[in-house]
Amino acid sequence: MTADHLDGNALAGPLAELFAVDVTAATGRCASCGLAGPIAALHVYGPEPGLVGRCPGCEEVVLRLVRGPGSAWLDLRGALSLRVTLPSDGKTR
Amino acid sequence: MAIVSRGFRGRPRAGGDRLPPGQYLVEDFPVLSAGPTPRVPADRWEFAIDTEAGETRRWSWEEFMALPQERPAVDIHCVTKWSKLDTHWEGVSLDVLFEDVESAAEYALVHSYGGYTTNLPVEDLLDGKAWIVHRYDGEELAPVHGGPARLLVPHLYFWKSAKWVRGIRLLNEDWPGFWESAGYHEYGDPWREQRYEGD
Repeated sequence: MTADHLDGNALAGPLAELFAVDVTAATGRCASCGLAGPIAALHVYGPEPGLVGRCPGCEEVVLRLVRGPGSAWLDLRGALSLRVTLPSDGKTR
Repeated sequence: MAIVSRGFRGRPRAGGDRLPPGQYLVEDFPVLSAGPTPRVPADRWEFAIDTEAGETRRWSWEEFMALPQERPAVDIHCVTKWSKLDTHWEGVSLDVLFEDVESAAEYALVHSYGGYTTNLPVEDLLDGKAWIVHRYDGEELAPVHGGPARLLVPHLYFWKSAKWVRGIRLLNEDWPGFWESAGYHEYGDPWREQRYEGD
């Protein structure tokens, strides 16, 4: 079967609209199988009706992002955690 | 004297009064996907209706194919704004499948091979409004379009017509499905443009 999905880098632009950090560089842990890896490594389906990021290990849904007129919906219930690398002193420069 | 002359109506849209607001016509059949395409061989396929009392009615592929078949010809409308007129399907009316099911539940959560779900009121599945279809345009339904069998509920946006349908859970309370829990409208009437939550 040919790959019918994009890689997680396709999420960079749409997520940058919501977050100040580049979420695709964060480490997500799959709530289904526990696999941890960069959001940029998710298998991404869409963009319509919405972006669906699936775990590259078990194909379960980690992240969903729907962009409507005037609102975006982000569902992260498939992610146990997101680890975002930040400066040690807690200040962003 | 007419306040608005007929001249201001402009050219009629292609599709005329069969095209809901905000939609455009397509001749091809776009494929939208929220995950990998499940491949379900007929001998491993089954369809089940679970009632609110915990009872389950199941059909194997063979049993399902032995039921009375209908050939609905319908217009379909995707929430991403394409519409396709006069699509031809073959399958079993949900009225037939619900004949032996004892339930007073008002809500249905449809679930699919691959994990997709969508919710709708039970009444929208009955009275000749919905089918489980296994043929499209005279051919076996292709896996990318939901084969071996998909739900067909043409009066609602097409995300409600779940591909790779596996069963229906009957519930006393409405439970949002895959897209309904991520911003899309809980009902999805194309004629009222119910695309997103709150529309």
